[in-house]
Amino acid sequence: MKVKLKVWRQRNADTPGRFVVYDTPELNPNMSFLEMLDVVNEQLTLQGEEPIAFDHDCREGICGTCSLVINGKPHGPQRGVATCQTYLRSFRDGDEILVEPFRARPFPLVKDLVVGRQAFDRIMTAGGFISVRTGSAPDAHAIPVPKEAAERAMDAAACIGCGACVAVCKNASAMLFVSAKVSQFGLLPQGQPERYRRVAAMVEQMDREGFGACTVTGSCEAVCPKRISLDFIARMNRDYGVALLRGA
Amino acid sequence: MAKLESHIPAGPLAQKWSRHLFESKLVNPANKRKYEVIVVGAGLAGASASATLGELGYRVKTFVYHDSPRRAHSIAAQGGINAAKNYQNDGDSVHRLFYDTIKGGDFRAREANVYRLAEVSAQIIDQCVAQGVPFAREYGGLLDNRSFGGAQVSRTFYARGQTGQQLLLGAYAALCKELAAGSVESFSHTEMLDLVVVDGHAKGVIVRNLLTGEIVRHAADAVVLATGGYGNVFNLSTYARQSNATAIWRAYKRGACFANPCYTQIHPTCIPVSGDYQSKLTLMSESLRNDGRIWVPKDPADRRKDPHAIPESARDYYLERKYPSFGNLAPRDISSRAAKQVCDEGRGVGESGLGVYLDFADAIQRLGVEKVRERYGNLFDIYHEITNEDAYRVPMRIFPAMHYTMGGLWVDYNLMSNLPGLFVLGEANFSDHGANRLGASALMQGLADGYFVLPGTISTYLATVKPDQRPPTTHPAFAEAEEQVRQQIRRLLACRGRRTVQSFHKELGRLLWDHCGMARNEAGLKQALERIPALREEYAQNVNVPGSDQDLNQSLERAGRVADYFELAELLCRDALERRESCGGHFREEFQYPDGEARRDDEHFAHVAAWEYQGPDRPPLRNVEPLVYAEVKMATRSYK
Repeated sequence: MKVKLKVWRQRNADTPGRFVVYDTPELNPNMSFLEMLDVVNEQLTLQGEEPIAFDHDCREGICGTCSLVINGKPHGPQRGVATCQTYLRSFRDGDEILVEPFRARPFPLVKDLVVGRQAFDRIMTAGGFISVRTGSAPDAHAIPVPKEAAERAMDAAACIGCGACVAVCKNASAMLFVSAKVSQFGLLPQGQPERYRRVAAMVEQMDREGFGACTVTGSCEAVCPKRISLDFIARMNRDYGVALLRGA
Repeated sequence: MAKLESHIPAGPLAQKWSRHLFESKLVNPANKRKYEVIVVGAGLAGASASATLGELGYRVKTFVYHDSPRRAHSIAAQGGINAAKNYQNDGDSVHRLFYDTIKGGDFRAREANVYRLAEVSAQIIDQCVAQGVPFAREYGGLLDNRSFGGAQVSRTFYARGQTGQQLLLGAYAALCKELAAGSVESFSHTEMLDLVVVDGHAKGVIVRNLLTGEIVRHAADAVVLATGGYGNVFNLSTYARQSNATAIWRAYKRGACFANPCYTQIHPTCIPVSGDYQSKLTLMSESLRNDGRIWVPKDPADRRKDPHAIPESARDYYLERKYPSFGNLAPRDISSRAAKQVCDEGRGVGESGLGVYLDFADAIQRLGVEKVRERYGNLFDIYHEITNEDAYRVPMRIFPAMHYTMGGLWVDYNLMSNLPGLFVLGEANFSDHGANRLGASALMQGLADGYFVLPGTISTYLATVKPDQRPPTTHPAFAEAEEQVRQQIRRLLACRGRRTVQSFHKELGRLLWDHCGMARNEAGLKQALERIPALREEYAQNVNVPGSDQDLNQSLERAGRVADYFELAELLCRDALERRESCGGHFREEFQYPDGEARRDDEHFAHVAAWEYQGPDRPPLRNVEPLVYAEVKMATRSYK
């Protein structure tokens, strides 16, 4: 199969960008989408042009480095997978495919398809942890955790921090990302002492970074490669309300 | 010749670590904040070390080439982490975990290091649970365990098939806590390109900002490398694409010894290669071997048949047949070689004939689909995404792939290299796994090194250096190192040849896989040692690196890493050639028993080979650290 790619190229944040069209050579439908970009980049290099910059690393859907908006959808057409786990069999021979970076003001463009997502680190630094010093932990069995709570916390903890939820949201809201972390700790007994302080600090930082508000359209859940549930946003809102009432 | 003093404390094995901690020098709390420590890498080892050193009061600078410390490849570890908790009451103990690990490593690791690892393993689980890592639990609320290869007890703790992710996010959260406290400063998109050595001591690094191309010098009282393994020298591997050996390689060229480079691990259960375009291989967790059964047809003529059409009597469950007491949970090196053997016999399945079945039909019948989905659901999903096949209905096809490197920079008991002030943690060092690593032990070692070992040992070194005597970055050693880095970048960009970096990396990887992969022999290694320098020469003349050094240039990043792989590949083959025995992941065809098992030569090779760089024009020196076994008896490793 062959496809026509319309790829966003932009030298840096200060230079205007544009779409550039590339016709791919013959491709194998078992290739991943990123392997197709590898092939195109090999070709560009041999033609003396600069290859397309894009983020990627583990290529098995867990590190959260890869991004890309493919035909208008963060992480492409398939539900519940990251871009690196998108395969060409999801497309048809001759398709024209639009490839753009994750666009959101708190994710400044670096080059071509690469954006900066350090805003997420700053939100985590504001309170996304349980304050426990190395060596001071009690025995792991000191506090039993009901299986249901552990499973639910794991559902939230599965977030890979890719930012697709922000990229798809019309308000560039980071509520799904933040609520996943807040809920993971809020559901576990270990997370209770800092529960309200944490949610207040993280939400405050989220606002400071310029992420928008949530209007519960659910597009974030629809594109999340780990299918993080919208329920966690409701949970966070409740915790945040309590935090405000308590003056945390 | 380098001085290799292991500094293993005296006394009985079980008391060495506690005695050593007591006898270690301390730095008083008021002085700690005067010391600066550089940590390169923020995987399990780097992030846990940074956080813990920060808690202790040191001033820490952490460097990662990713956009965030949360991306390191520890995140991809699936199956679990071992710990001698004996929560299952199945006879586990520190001593048993120690023994299993020593035996699993084919008696090529230091007793004292491995014992310490087993000892601190239980504390790691306590620490992670307290951080909110959502380990799998039983209905009573207590932690669940599963089994892993090379062990007959259930001591592996797990968080679905994403244990590495959860442990890394725990360590990352601990790091965030210290970033918030101001004790740690984090530099993302920053790659270490050289180590700075002043008067024989590691005193700083040269880094490049990957977004702006800016080259910066950083000085410190000690440098910690936690930069992972070098498996990507093979190009196709289960490593993340960016994982690389540059930090440890450049430290090697500054005088740090490189130990046992030929100890590489080929993981038996990966998704087979499907085409030439392939950029990486994906692991299917070893935990699948708890319930999956591995087989190939007995008759090569059946290998293309629908697996359901092959009756039980015509299947060869070769691991169960050859290793009845461990069965499908035989260690990785042994399982990989067994898979290679049946494929060499023409019984491999799938289009390429390079694959074996991992079959869940029995498990599904015994446990039901739902239980299997609960245990392995996300792995079955990954398999489906990649192959478009439903492993609940047809057996998975798997094949061995490059996965981990046991070799690495040489370190003493304190995790300090022969260069004083340079500490090496996790997969980047050589210390705990001998010639083969058991499953679920990499996460254990990374966190043991970072949370517990280094924070206990680094003060012994720091107490010997005065904090106000840190050399300034204007010292000539910094200028010289920076100039070397600049020169290399200029050379790569100026070449403008006709071949891409990727094409060279592929060719090198193929060469290594063929001659220094699952099975090695003298003729093949000698051939590789002739071809690698020629290919390296061509690389220097004919590589094409587009773009500039003033902004994000992913081709340039990779070009520097591949240049290092060429040199490392040569050392790897040299070490494999010199080690005239088979042990663990290093299998020399000349040294095997009639049944195909590895034949060690304890008389001549019960030692660590630590290579010392002698400059570009002279072969490296092979230093030897003898391995002394006082507690365990070296035996032929048997899993039969």
